[in-house]
Amino acid sequence: MTVDTLFSWLGGLIPAMEGSGILLVISILVPCLALFLVVAVNAIVMVYAERKVAAFMQDRVGPMGQGVGLHAGKWGLLQTVADALKLLTKEDIIPEKADRFLFILAPFVIFIGAFVTIIAVPFGETTIVADFNIGIFYILAMGSFGVIGIILAGWSSNNKWSLYGGMRSAAQIVSYEIPAGLSIIVIIMLTGTLSMQGIIEYQAGGMGNWIIFANPFTFIAFFVYFISVVAETNRTPFDIPEAESELVGGFHTEYSGMRWSFFFLSEYANMLVVSAVAATGFLGGWHSPISGYFDSNGWGIFWMVSKIVFLIFIMMWFRWTFPRLRVDQLMNICWKVFLPVSLINIFGVGIWTLFFG
Amino acid sequence: MTEFSFWFVIGLTVLSAAVVVLSNQLIYSAMALLLTLFGVAGIYVFLWADFMAGVQLLVYIGGILVLIIFGIMLTNRISSVRLSQTNVQQGVGGAIAIWLMILISLVISKTPWYQADAIEPTETVAGVGTLLLTKYLLPFEAISLLLLGALIGAALLSRKEN
Repeated sequence: MTVDTLFSWLGGLIPAMEGSGILLVISILVPCLALFLVVAVNAIVMVYAERKVAAFMQDRVGPMGQGVGLHAGKWGLLQTVADALKLLTKEDIIPEKADRFLFILAPFVIFIGAFVTIIAVPFGETTIVADFNIGIFYILAMGSFGVIGIILAGWSSNNKWSLYGGMRSAAQIVSYEIPAGLSIIVIIMLTGTLSMQGIIEYQAGGMGNWIIFANPFTFIAFFVYFISVVAETNRTPFDIPEAESELVGGFHTEYSGMRWSFFFLSEYANMLVVSAVAATGFLGGWHSPISGYFDSNGWGIFWMVSKIVFLIFIMMWFRWTFPRLRVDQLMNICWKVFLPVSLINIFGVGIWTLFFG
Repeated sequence: MTEFSFWFVIGLTVLSAAVVVLSNQLIYSAMALLLTLFGVAGIYVFLWADFMAGVQLLVYIGGILVLIIFGIMLTNRISSVRLSQTNVQQGVGGAIAIWLMILISLVISKTPWYQADAIEPTETVAGVGTLLLTKYLLPFEAISLLLLGALIGAALLSRKEN
Protein backbone atom coordinates (compact mmCIF):
# COMPACT_ATOMS: atom_id res chain seq x y z
CA MET A 1 0.00 0.00 0.00
CA THR A 2 1.35 3.35 -1.05
CA VAL A 3 0.79 5.19 2.21
CA ASP A 4 2.65 2.61 4.30
CA THR A 5 5.52 2.39 1.81
CA LEU A 6 5.83 6.14 1.65
CA PHE A 7 5.63 6.43 5.42
CA SER A 8 8.45 3.97 6.07
CA TRP A 9 10.52 5.44 3.22
CA LEU A 10 10.19 8.96 4.65
CA GLY A 11 10.99 7.60 8.10
CA GLY A 12 14.21 6.10 6.74
CA LEU A 13 15.06 9.37 5.02
CA ILE A 14 14.64 11.54 8.13
CA PRO A 15 15.46 9.20 11.06
CA ALA A 16 14.81 11.96 13.61
CA MET A 17 11.15 12.11 12.67
CA GLU A 18 10.54 8.41 12.13
CA GLY A 19 7.01 7.39 12.99
CA SER A 20 5.83 10.90 13.75
CA GLY A 21 2.39 12.23 12.95
CA ILE A 22 3.68 14.89 10.55
CA LEU A 23 5.25 12.26 8.31
CA LEU A 24 2.00 10.30 8.33
CA VAL A 25 0.07 13.38 7.24
CA ILE A 26 2.63 14.01 4.48
CA SER A 27 2.51 10.43 3.27
CA ILE A 28 -1.29 10.64 3.15
CA LEU A 29 -1.31 14.00 1.37
CA VAL A 30 1.22 13.10 -1.35
CA PRO A 31 -0.86 10.25 -2.89
CA CYS A 32 -3.96 12.42 -2.58
CA LEU A 33 -2.25 15.18 -4.57
CA ALA A 34 -1.22 12.62 -7.17
CA LEU A 35 -4.81 11.37 -7.38
CA PHE A 36 -6.06 14.91 -7.76
CA LEU A 37 -3.72 15.32 -10.71
CA VAL A 38 -5.04 12.05 -12.14
CA VAL A 39 -8.60 13.39 -11.84
CA ALA A 40 -7.72 16.74 -13.41
CA VAL A 41 -5.70 15.25 -16.27
CA ASN A 42 -8.42 12.66 -16.80
CA ALA A 43 -11.01 15.41 -17.16
CA ILE A 44 -8.87 17.42 -19.58
CA VAL A 45 -8.11 14.41 -21.77
CA MET A 46 -11.67 13.11 -21.63
CA VAL A 47 -13.26 16.43 -22.59
CA TYR A 48 -10.99 16.57 -25.63
CA ALA A 49 -11.68 12.92 -26.44
CA GLU A 50 -15.40 13.46 -26.07
CA ARG A 51 -15.33 16.35 -28.52
CA LYS A 52 -13.31 14.38 -31.02
CA VAL A 53 -15.34 11.17 -30.62
CA ALA A 54 -18.56 13.15 -31.01
CA ALA A 55 -17.19 14.90 -34.07
CA PHE A 56 -16.01 11.73 -35.81
CA MET A 57 -19.28 9.95 -35.09
CA GLN A 58 -21.15 12.84 -36.70
CA ASP A 59 -18.75 13.02 -39.64
CA ARG A 60 -17.20 16.28 -38.52
CA VAL A 61 -13.58 17.03 -37.62
CA GLY A 62 -14.12 18.58 -34.19
CA PRO A 63 -11.80 21.20 -32.70
CA MET A 64 -8.91 21.82 -35.10
CA GLY A 65 -7.42 25.06 -33.82
CA GLN A 66 -7.39 26.91 -37.09
CA GLY A 67 -8.70 30.21 -35.80
CA VAL A 68 -7.12 33.57 -36.30
CA GLY A 69 -5.22 34.93 -33.30
CA LEU A 70 -5.42 32.52 -30.35
CA HIS A 71 -4.44 29.11 -31.62
CA ALA A 72 -5.76 25.92 -30.00
CA GLY A 73 -2.79 23.80 -31.08
CA LYS A 74 -2.45 21.11 -33.69
CA TRP A 75 -5.69 19.10 -34.09
CA GLY A 76 -7.12 21.37 -31.41
CA LEU A 77 -5.07 19.62 -28.74
CA LEU A 78 -5.05 22.73 -26.58
CA GLN A 79 -8.82 23.17 -26.85
CA THR A 80 -9.52 21.84 -23.33
CA VAL A 81 -6.74 23.95 -21.86
CA ALA A 82 -8.35 26.99 -23.45
CA ASP A 83 -11.73 25.86 -22.10
CA ALA A 84 -10.30 25.45 -18.61
CA LEU A 85 -8.75 28.93 -18.73
CA LYS A 86 -12.06 30.34 -19.89
CA LEU A 87 -13.91 28.66 -17.02
CA LEU A 88 -11.35 29.90 -14.49
CA THR A 89 -11.67 33.49 -15.59
CA LYS A 90 -15.45 33.53 -15.95
CA GLU A 91 -17.55 35.64 -13.62
CA ASP A 92 -18.77 33.73 -10.59
CA ILE A 93 -22.53 34.24 -10.36
CA ILE A 94 -24.59 33.25 -7.32
CA PRO A 95 -28.34 33.90 -7.72
CA GLU A 96 -29.70 36.40 -5.22
CA LYS A 97 -32.53 34.17 -4.01
CA ALA A 98 -30.36 31.07 -3.76
CA ASP A 99 -29.35 29.51 -0.47
CA ARG A 100 -25.82 30.88 -0.54
CA PHE A 101 -24.11 28.44 1.82
CA LEU A 102 -25.53 25.27 0.28
CA PHE A 103 -25.11 26.66 -3.23
CA ILE A 104 -21.38 27.02 -2.61
CA LEU A 105 -21.14 23.71 -0.74
CA ALA A 106 -22.91 21.50 -3.31
CA PRO A 107 -20.17 21.26 -6.01
CA PHE A 108 -17.63 20.34 -3.35
CA VAL A 109 -19.85 17.61 -1.90
CA ILE A 110 -20.21 16.08 -5.36
CA PHE A 111 -16.50 16.36 -6.01
CA ILE A 112 -15.57 14.80 -2.66
CA GLY A 113 -17.93 11.92 -3.38
CA ALA A 114 -16.18 11.29 -6.68
CA PHE A 115 -12.67 11.89 -5.38
CA VAL A 116 -12.56 9.74 -2.24
CA THR A 117 -13.55 6.63 -4.19
CA ILE A 118 -10.41 6.78 -6.34
CA ILE A 119 -8.30 6.00 -3.25
CA ALA A 120 -9.34 2.35 -3.50
CA VAL A 121 -8.82 1.99 -7.26
CA PRO A 122 -5.87 -0.29 -8.08
CA PHE A 123 -3.86 0.96 -11.07
CA GLY A 124 -1.22 -1.72 -10.73
CA GLU A 125 0.11 -4.47 -8.49
CA THR A 126 1.53 -1.93 -6.05
CA THR A 127 -0.02 1.25 -7.44
CA ILE A 128 -2.95 1.64 -5.08
CA VAL A 129 -3.28 4.22 -2.34
CA ALA A 130 -5.16 2.00 0.08
CA ASP A 131 -6.15 -1.62 -0.50
CA PHE A 132 -9.02 -1.77 1.98
CA ASN A 133 -10.47 -5.05 3.21
CA ILE A 134 -13.79 -3.74 1.99
CA GLY A 135 -12.42 -1.97 -1.11
CA ILE A 136 -15.23 -2.53 -3.60
CA PHE A 137 -17.85 -1.98 -0.93
CA TYR A 138 -16.10 1.23 0.12
CA ILE A 139 -16.34 2.50 -3.46
CA LEU A 140 -20.07 1.71 -3.55
CA ALA A 141 -20.67 3.37 -0.18
CA MET A 142 -18.69 6.52 -0.92
CA GLY A 143 -20.28 6.74 -4.35
CA SER A 144 -23.63 7.33 -2.69
CA PHE A 145 -22.22 10.60 -1.38
CA GLY A 146 -22.46 12.37 -4.71
CA VAL A 147 -26.23 12.14 -4.95
CA ILE A 148 -26.56 14.36 -1.87
CA GLY A 149 -24.53 17.02 -3.62
CA ILE A 150 -26.71 16.83 -6.72
CA ILE A 151 -29.89 17.21 -4.68
CA LEU A 152 -28.38 20.12 -2.79
CA ALA A 153 -27.29 21.82 -5.99
CA GLY A 154 -30.75 21.44 -7.43
CA TRP A 155 -32.50 22.66 -4.32
CA SER A 156 -30.26 25.53 -3.27
CA SER A 157 -30.37 27.17 -6.71
CA ASN A 158 -34.01 28.08 -6.03
CA ASN A 159 -34.86 27.41 -9.65
CA LYS A 160 -37.57 25.05 -10.86
CA TRP A 161 -35.43 23.46 -13.57
CA SER A 162 -32.66 22.83 -11.09
CA LEU A 163 -35.09 21.36 -8.60
CA TYR A 164 -36.62 18.98 -11.13
CA GLY A 165 -33.15 18.01 -12.29
CA GLY A 166 -32.04 17.33 -8.73
CA MET A 167 -35.10 15.23 -7.93
CA ARG A 168 -34.89 13.22 -11.14
CA SER A 169 -31.24 12.63 -10.45
CA ALA A 170 -31.88 11.45 -6.90
CA ALA A 171 -34.57 9.01 -8.03
CA GLN A 172 -32.35 7.74 -10.82
CA ILE A 173 -29.15 7.27 -8.82
CA VAL A 174 -30.89 5.63 -5.87
CA SER A 175 -32.70 3.23 -8.24
CA TYR A 176 -29.73 2.27 -10.37
CA GLU A 177 -27.50 1.74 -7.36
CA ILE A 178 -29.48 -1.45 -6.69
CA PRO A 179 -28.81 -3.38 -9.95
CA ALA A 180 -25.21 -2.11 -9.93
CA GLY A 181 -24.73 -3.33 -6.36
CA LEU A 182 -26.41 -6.66 -7.03
CA SER A 183 -24.13 -7.21 -10.03
CA ILE A 184 -21.11 -6.56 -7.82
CA ILE A 185 -22.40 -9.21 -5.41
CA VAL A 186 -21.89 -11.70 -8.26
CA ILE A 187 -18.18 -10.80 -8.28
CA ILE A 188 -17.94 -11.14 -4.53
CA MET A 189 -19.67 -14.54 -4.63
CA LEU A 190 -16.98 -15.83 -7.00
CA THR A 191 -13.91 -14.26 -5.43
CA GLY A 192 -14.93 -14.47 -1.79
CA THR A 193 -13.28 -11.14 -1.00
CA LEU A 194 -14.18 -7.46 -1.02
CA SER A 195 -10.61 -6.25 -1.50
CA MET A 196 -9.92 -4.83 -4.95
CA GLN A 197 -6.50 -6.51 -5.18
CA GLY A 198 -8.03 -9.79 -4.00
CA ILE A 199 -10.60 -9.63 -6.79
CA ILE A 200 -7.86 -8.99 -9.35
CA GLU A 201 -5.72 -11.81 -7.95
CA TYR A 202 -8.62 -14.20 -8.54
CA GLN A 203 -8.57 -13.32 -12.24
CA ALA A 204 -4.85 -13.99 -12.84
CA GLY A 205 -3.83 -16.10 -15.82
CA GLY A 206 -5.22 -14.63 -19.01
CA MET A 207 -8.51 -13.64 -20.54
CA GLY A 208 -10.24 -16.98 -19.87
CA ASN A 209 -10.03 -16.38 -16.12
CA TRP A 210 -11.66 -12.97 -16.22
CA ILE A 211 -14.90 -12.92 -14.29
CA ILE A 212 -16.88 -11.69 -17.30
CA PHE A 213 -16.13 -15.04 -19.00
CA ALA A 214 -16.46 -17.15 -15.85
CA ASN A 215 -20.01 -18.26 -16.69
CA PRO A 216 -23.04 -16.99 -18.67
CA PHE A 217 -24.51 -15.20 -15.67
CA THR A 218 -21.43 -13.10 -15.01
CA PHE A 219 -21.43 -12.15 -18.69
CA ILE A 220 -24.93 -10.72 -18.26
CA ALA A 221 -23.99 -9.19 -14.91
CA PHE A 222 -21.23 -7.17 -16.56
CA PHE A 223 -23.69 -5.55 -18.95
CA VAL A 224 -26.24 -4.92 -16.22
CA TYR A 225 -23.54 -3.31 -14.12
CA PHE A 226 -22.16 -1.23 -16.95
CA ILE A 227 -25.53 0.11 -18.13
CA SER A 228 -26.54 0.84 -14.53
CA VAL A 229 -23.41 2.85 -13.84
CA VAL A 230 -23.84 4.79 -17.07
CA ALA A 231 -27.22 5.75 -15.64
CA GLU A 232 -25.66 6.50 -12.25
CA THR A 233 -23.15 8.90 -13.75
CA ASN A 234 -26.01 10.76 -15.49
CA ARG A 235 -24.60 10.11 -18.94
CA THR A 236 -26.68 10.10 -22.12
CA PRO A 237 -28.96 8.19 -22.81
CA PHE A 238 -29.79 8.42 -19.10
CA ASP A 239 -29.12 12.14 -18.71
CA ILE A 240 -32.68 13.18 -17.87
CA PRO A 241 -31.45 15.09 -14.77
CA GLU A 242 -29.81 17.61 -17.07
CA ALA A 243 -31.91 17.13 -20.19
CA GLU A 244 -31.13 20.31 -22.12
CA SER A 245 -34.33 20.30 -24.14
CA GLU A 246 -36.53 20.07 -21.04
CA LEU A 247 -34.59 21.47 -18.09
CA VAL A 248 -32.05 23.88 -19.64
CA GLY A 249 -29.17 22.38 -17.68
CA GLY A 250 -30.90 20.47 -14.91
CA PHE A 251 -29.37 20.64 -11.46
CA HIS A 252 -26.48 22.86 -12.59
CA THR A 253 -28.54 25.43 -14.50
CA GLU A 254 -27.57 28.27 -12.16
CA TYR A 255 -23.89 27.42 -11.88
CA SER A 256 -21.23 29.14 -13.93
CA GLY A 257 -17.49 29.33 -14.27
CA MET A 258 -15.34 27.46 -11.77
CA ARG A 259 -18.27 26.08 -9.75
CA TRP A 260 -19.83 24.61 -12.87
CA SER A 261 -16.51 23.06 -13.86
CA PHE A 262 -16.49 21.17 -10.56
CA PHE A 263 -19.63 19.32 -11.71
CA PHE A 264 -17.83 18.46 -14.91
CA LEU A 265 -14.71 17.35 -13.10
CA SER A 266 -16.77 15.07 -10.86
CA GLU A 267 -18.68 13.61 -13.77
CA TYR A 268 -15.46 12.55 -15.46
CA ALA A 269 -14.00 11.37 -12.16
CA ASN A 270 -17.13 9.27 -11.63
CA MET A 271 -16.79 7.80 -15.12
CA LEU A 272 -13.19 6.92 -14.28
CA VAL A 273 -14.17 5.22 -11.04
CA VAL A 274 -17.07 3.17 -12.38
CA SER A 275 -14.99 2.09 -15.37
CA ALA A 276 -12.18 1.13 -13.01
CA VAL A 277 -14.58 -0.94 -10.92
CA ALA A 278 -15.91 -2.63 -14.06
CA ALA A 279 -12.34 -3.27 -15.24
CA THR A 280 -11.33 -4.62 -11.83
CA GLY A 281 -14.41 -6.69 -11.21
CA PHE A 282 -15.05 -8.17 -14.62
CA LEU A 283 -12.09 -7.53 -16.94
CA GLY A 284 -9.15 -8.75 -14.91
CA GLY A 285 -7.91 -5.40 -13.58
CA TRP A 286 -4.22 -4.87 -14.29
CA HIS A 287 -3.70 -8.39 -15.64
CA SER A 288 -2.69 -8.84 -19.25
CA PRO A 289 -5.23 -10.61 -21.51
CA ILE A 290 -2.63 -13.23 -22.42
CA SER A 291 -1.19 -15.09 -19.46
CA GLY A 292 2.51 -14.49 -18.95
CA TYR A 293 2.95 -11.86 -21.64
CA PHE A 294 3.35 -8.17 -20.79
CA ASP A 295 2.32 -8.96 -17.23
CA SER A 296 4.99 -7.04 -15.31
CA ASN A 297 4.28 -4.16 -12.95
CA GLY A 298 4.65 -1.37 -15.52
CA TRP A 299 2.50 -3.18 -18.04
CA GLY A 300 -0.09 -3.62 -15.30
CA ILE A 301 -0.67 0.12 -15.23
CA PHE A 302 -0.88 0.11 -19.03
CA TRP A 303 -3.52 -2.65 -19.07
CA MET A 304 -5.59 -1.07 -16.31
CA VAL A 305 -5.56 2.35 -17.97
CA SER A 306 -6.38 0.88 -21.39
CA LYS A 307 -9.32 -1.03 -19.99
CA ILE A 308 -10.61 2.09 -18.25
CA VAL A 309 -10.15 4.21 -21.38
CA PHE A 310 -11.88 1.59 -23.50
CA LEU A 311 -14.91 1.53 -21.19
CA ILE A 312 -15.06 5.33 -21.12
CA PHE A 313 -14.92 5.31 -24.91
CA ILE A 314 -17.94 2.98 -24.94
CA MET A 315 -19.78 5.44 -22.71
CA MET A 316 -19.06 8.18 -25.25
CA TRP A 317 -20.19 5.85 -28.03
CA PHE A 318 -23.49 5.35 -26.14
CA ARG A 319 -23.92 9.07 -25.96
CA TRP A 320 -23.92 9.59 -29.70
CA THR A 321 -25.84 6.43 -30.54
CA PHE A 322 -28.93 6.34 -28.35
CA PRO A 323 -31.63 8.98 -27.87
CA ARG A 324 -32.47 10.09 -24.34
CA LEU A 325 -34.96 7.96 -22.40
CA ARG A 326 -38.16 9.29 -20.86
CA VAL A 327 -38.45 9.24 -17.07
CA ASP A 328 -40.96 6.38 -17.05
CA GLN A 329 -38.89 4.32 -19.49
CA LEU A 330 -35.86 4.87 -17.31
CA MET A 331 -37.61 3.61 -14.19
CA ASN A 332 -39.21 0.72 -16.05
CA ILE A 333 -35.85 -0.53 -17.28
CA CYS A 334 -34.38 -0.32 -13.81
CA TRP A 335 -37.14 -1.91 -11.78
CA LYS A 336 -38.75 -4.27 -14.28
CA VAL A 337 -35.73 -5.47 -16.26
CA PHE A 338 -32.44 -4.92 -14.47
CA LEU A 339 -33.58 -5.76 -10.95
CA PRO A 340 -35.09 -9.18 -11.81
CA VAL A 341 -32.21 -9.97 -14.16
CA SER A 342 -29.59 -9.19 -11.52
CA LEU A 343 -31.46 -11.26 -8.93
CA ILE A 344 -31.57 -14.19 -11.38
CA ASN A 345 -27.84 -13.63 -11.96
CA ILE A 346 -27.06 -14.05 -8.28
CA PHE A 347 -29.14 -17.22 -8.14
CA GLY A 348 -27.61 -18.49 -11.39
CA VAL A 349 -24.03 -17.90 -10.31
CA GLY A 350 -24.75 -19.78 -7.09
CA ILE A 351 -26.19 -22.76 -8.96
CA TRP A 352 -23.41 -22.67 -11.56
CA THR A 353 -20.70 -22.63 -8.89
CA LEU A 354 -22.41 -25.51 -7.13
CA PHE A 355 -22.51 -27.76 -10.21
CA PHE A 356 -19.59 -26.71 -12.39
CA GLY A 357 -16.91 -25.50 -10.04
CA MET B 1 -2.29 10.76 15.64
CA THR B 2 -4.91 8.07 16.22
CA GLU B 3 -6.04 9.86 19.36
CA PHE B 4 -6.32 13.15 17.48
CA SER B 5 -8.45 11.60 14.72
CA PHE B 6 -10.57 9.84 17.34
CA TRP B 7 -11.40 13.11 19.09
CA PHE B 8 -11.92 14.78 15.74
CA VAL B 9 -14.51 12.16 14.78
CA ILE B 10 -16.19 12.40 18.18
CA GLY B 11 -16.30 16.20 18.00
CA LEU B 12 -17.69 16.09 14.48
CA THR B 13 -20.42 13.66 15.50
CA VAL B 14 -21.50 15.52 18.63
CA LEU B 15 -21.34 19.03 17.17
CA SER B 16 -23.20 18.12 13.99
CA ALA B 17 -25.79 16.24 16.05
CA ALA B 18 -26.32 19.47 18.02
CA VAL B 19 -26.82 21.34 14.75
CA VAL B 20 -29.39 18.74 13.66
CA VAL B 21 -31.48 19.49 16.73
CA LEU B 22 -30.90 23.23 17.06
CA SER B 23 -30.96 24.48 13.48
CA ASN B 24 -34.22 26.12 12.55
CA GLN B 25 -33.90 25.28 8.88
CA LEU B 26 -34.89 21.79 7.94
CA ILE B 27 -32.40 21.40 5.11
CA TYR B 28 -29.49 22.46 7.32
CA SER B 29 -30.57 19.85 9.85
CA ALA B 30 -30.49 17.26 7.09
CA MET B 31 -27.02 18.39 6.02
CA ALA B 32 -25.75 18.25 9.60
CA LEU B 33 -27.24 14.77 9.85
CA LEU B 34 -24.96 13.83 6.97
CA LEU B 35 -21.93 14.75 9.08
CA THR B 36 -23.37 12.96 12.12
CA LEU B 37 -23.87 9.74 10.19
CA PHE B 38 -20.39 10.14 8.75
CA GLY B 39 -19.00 10.53 12.25
CA VAL B 40 -20.80 7.39 13.42
CA ALA B 41 -19.23 5.54 10.49
CA GLY B 42 -15.88 6.87 11.73
CA ILE B 43 -16.57 5.46 15.20
CA TYR B 44 -17.29 2.07 13.62
CA VAL B 45 -13.88 2.26 11.93
CA PHE B 46 -12.26 2.82 15.33
CA LEU B 47 -14.09 -0.27 16.61
CA TRP B 48 -12.58 -2.37 13.77
CA ALA B 49 -16.04 -2.75 12.26
CA ASP B 50 -15.05 -1.63 8.77
CA PHE B 51 -17.94 -3.43 7.10
CA MET B 52 -20.42 -1.79 9.46
CA ALA B 53 -18.92 1.60 8.59
CA GLY B 54 -19.50 0.91 4.92
CA VAL B 55 -23.06 -0.22 5.56
CA GLN B 56 -23.63 2.90 7.63
CA LEU B 57 -22.58 5.10 4.71
CA LEU B 58 -24.44 3.13 2.06
CA VAL B 59 -27.71 2.69 3.93
CA TYR B 60 -27.94 5.85 5.99
CA ILE B 61 -26.33 8.44 3.72
CA GLY B 62 -27.08 6.86 0.35
CA GLY B 63 -30.57 5.74 1.27
CA ILE B 64 -32.23 7.23 4.30
CA LEU B 65 -30.74 10.71 4.16
CA VAL B 66 -31.56 10.97 0.46
CA LEU B 67 -35.12 10.00 1.33
CA ILE B 68 -35.26 12.63 4.06
CA ILE B 69 -34.02 15.36 1.72
CA PHE B 70 -36.42 14.06 -0.90
CA GLY B 71 -39.23 14.35 1.61
CA ILE B 72 -38.27 17.93 2.43
CA MET B 73 -38.24 18.83 -1.24
CA LEU B 74 -41.60 17.18 -1.86
CA THR B 75 -43.46 19.27 0.68
CA ASN B 76 -45.88 21.81 -0.68
CA ARG B 77 -43.57 24.72 0.08
CA ILE B 78 -41.23 23.27 -2.46
CA SER B 79 -40.35 26.52 -4.21
CA SER B 80 -39.32 28.32 -1.05
CA VAL B 81 -35.74 27.96 0.07
CA ARG B 82 -36.58 28.89 3.64
CA LEU B 83 -38.24 25.87 5.16
CA SER B 84 -38.12 26.21 8.91
CA GLN B 85 -38.54 23.73 11.70
CA THR B 86 -39.73 24.65 15.13
CA ASN B 87 -38.97 22.83 18.34
CA VAL B 88 -42.19 22.57 20.31
CA GLN B 89 -42.04 21.16 23.84
CA GLN B 90 -38.41 22.13 24.29
CA GLY B 91 -38.63 21.86 28.08
CA VAL B 92 -40.10 18.36 28.19
CA GLY B 93 -37.81 17.10 25.46
CA GLY B 94 -34.75 18.56 27.15
CA ALA B 95 -35.69 17.02 30.50
CA ILE B 96 -36.17 13.59 28.96
CA ALA B 97 -32.88 13.91 27.09
CA ILE B 98 -30.99 14.81 30.27
CA TRP B 99 -32.67 11.97 32.15
CA LEU B 100 -31.68 9.56 29.39
CA MET B 101 -28.12 10.84 29.50
CA ILE B 102 -27.90 10.28 33.27
CA LEU B 103 -29.39 6.80 32.84
CA ILE B 104 -26.94 5.83 30.11
CA SER B 105 -23.95 7.22 32.05
CA LEU B 106 -25.08 5.18 35.07
CA VAL B 107 -25.31 2.04 32.95
CA ILE B 108 -21.88 2.70 31.46
CA SER B 109 -20.24 3.30 34.83
CA LYS B 110 -21.88 0.29 36.54
CA THR B 111 -21.35 -2.31 33.81
CA PRO B 112 -18.31 -4.55 34.30
CA TRP B 113 -16.73 -4.10 30.85
CA TYR B 114 -15.21 -7.09 29.19
CA GLN B 115 -11.68 -6.26 28.08
CA ALA B 116 -11.11 -7.70 24.61
CA ASP B 117 -7.74 -9.09 23.58
CA ALA B 118 -5.77 -6.38 21.85
CA ILE B 119 -5.40 -8.38 18.64
CA GLU B 120 -6.63 -6.35 15.71
CA PRO B 121 -8.89 -8.42 13.48
CA THR B 122 -7.70 -8.35 9.88
CA GLU B 123 -11.01 -9.17 8.31
CA THR B 124 -14.51 -8.87 9.68
CA VAL B 125 -16.69 -9.40 6.63
CA ALA B 126 -16.24 -13.16 6.44
CA GLY B 127 -17.03 -13.50 10.16
CA VAL B 128 -20.16 -11.40 9.85
CA GLY B 129 -21.31 -13.44 6.85
CA THR B 130 -20.72 -16.77 8.55
CA LEU B 131 -22.54 -15.71 11.70
CA LEU B 132 -25.46 -14.32 9.71
CA LEU B 133 -25.99 -17.59 7.89
CA THR B 134 -25.41 -19.92 10.83
CA LYS B 135 -26.04 -18.65 14.34
CA TYR B 136 -28.29 -15.72 13.46
CA LEU B 137 -30.06 -17.23 10.46
CA LEU B 138 -33.54 -16.99 12.00
CA PRO B 139 -33.39 -13.27 12.91
CA PHE B 140 -31.80 -12.61 9.51
CA GLU B 141 -34.70 -14.30 7.72
CA ALA B 142 -37.24 -12.61 9.99
CA ILE B 143 -35.81 -9.21 9.05
CA SER B 144 -36.04 -10.08 5.36
CA LEU B 145 -39.73 -10.94 5.85
CA LEU B 146 -40.26 -7.63 7.63
CA LEU B 147 -38.59 -5.75 4.78
CA LEU B 148 -40.69 -7.63 2.24
CA GLY B 149 -43.81 -6.62 4.14
CA ALA B 150 -42.68 -2.99 4.19
CA LEU B 151 -41.94 -3.12 0.48
CA ILE B 152 -45.38 -4.51 -0.41
CA GLY B 153 -47.00 -2.00 1.92
CA ALA B 154 -45.19 0.90 0.28
CA ALA B 155 -46.13 -0.31 -3.18
CA LEU B 156 -49.77 -0.66 -2.09
CA LEU B 157 -49.86 2.82 -0.55
CA SER B 158 -48.31 4.54 -3.54
CA ARG B 159 -50.61 2.79 -6.00
CA LYS B 160 -53.36 4.81 -7.61
CA GLU B 161 -56.88 3.83 -6.61
CA ASN B 162 -58.72 2.09 -9.41
